[in-house]
Amino acid sequence: MPTKPAGTLYRGREGMWSWVGHRITGVVIFFFLLVHVLDTSLVRVSPEVYTSVIGAYKNPVMGLGEFGLVAAIVFHAFNGLRIIAIDFWKSGPKYQRQMLWAVLIVWVIVVAAFGVRHLSIVFGGH
Amino acid sequence: MSATIETPRSGRIAPQYRRSKGNGGSFEMIAWLFMRLSGIVLVVLIFGHLFVNLMVGQGIHAIDFGFVAGKWASPFWQVWDLAMLWLAMLHGSNGVRTIINDYAERNATRMWLKGILYAAAAVIVILGTLVIFTFNPCPVVNGVPLPGGFCPAP
Repeated sequence: MPTKPAGTLYRGREGMWSWVGHRITGVVIFFFLLVHVLDTSLVRVSPEVYTSVIGAYKNPVMGLGEFGLVAAIVFHAFNGLRIIAIDFWKSGPKYQRQMLWAVLIVWVIVVAAFGVRHLSIVFGGH
Repeated sequence: MSATIETPRSGRIAPQYRRSKGNGGSFEMIAWLFMRLSGIVLVVLIFGHLFVNLMVGQGIHAIDFGFVAGKWASPFWQVWDLAMLWLAMLHGSNGVRTIINDYAERNATRMWLKGILYAAAAVIVILGTLVIFTFNPCPVVNGVPLPGGFCPAP
């Protein structure tokens, strides 16, 4: 039975889990992007078709989905900036863990602010 | 947090799944650099897009045909959306390409998945570009403006 590699600074720790999160959020965003270009393209079919299909995005279930999507985008964005800092800033690798916690703190604040605004619009009953 | 995930393509690889080394070209380095540069631009473009479309005024309730017509009446938003479309699709497609390379072991599987990916990306980029440049706020069929359009007052 081969033994696991000895603990490293990266494997099984913050670095690895941020990598997992980055991949998963990236794939989610990519598939939404495909759908989003298609739904926007309906403006070339007719004004009524576009407005009725886009109306589906305004129901509360979709509103929760949009909240999740924006949460994924904001994580991917801030963690992406962290990756750039790790790659290009000479002290980046040394502080990658601290930068992940900074990413998570800013992520919580931004997503909470977005959530309050967007969910109150979606559930506000217009 | 003791669980670990094996680094893709790092373990012992069965002989039938061995791949030839790259051709030594600089494509992968350019792709790596593109992800970082486009990423920075996309943070600005997408945060701006989300703020203007979802946070301002009535938020998502304001989005209908007229909302799109109002934005694309301005070259500023046409260029913004075009840049966002191209950069996001290239960035996303390259990310999915990397994931396919990491996890699809059989050569044929990789080839098919990447073929589907490139075809889908090309369709979406071309379609989106055409839509931005051929958008008509006042579509007319058989001389009659379609309902919901934005037509100049007669």
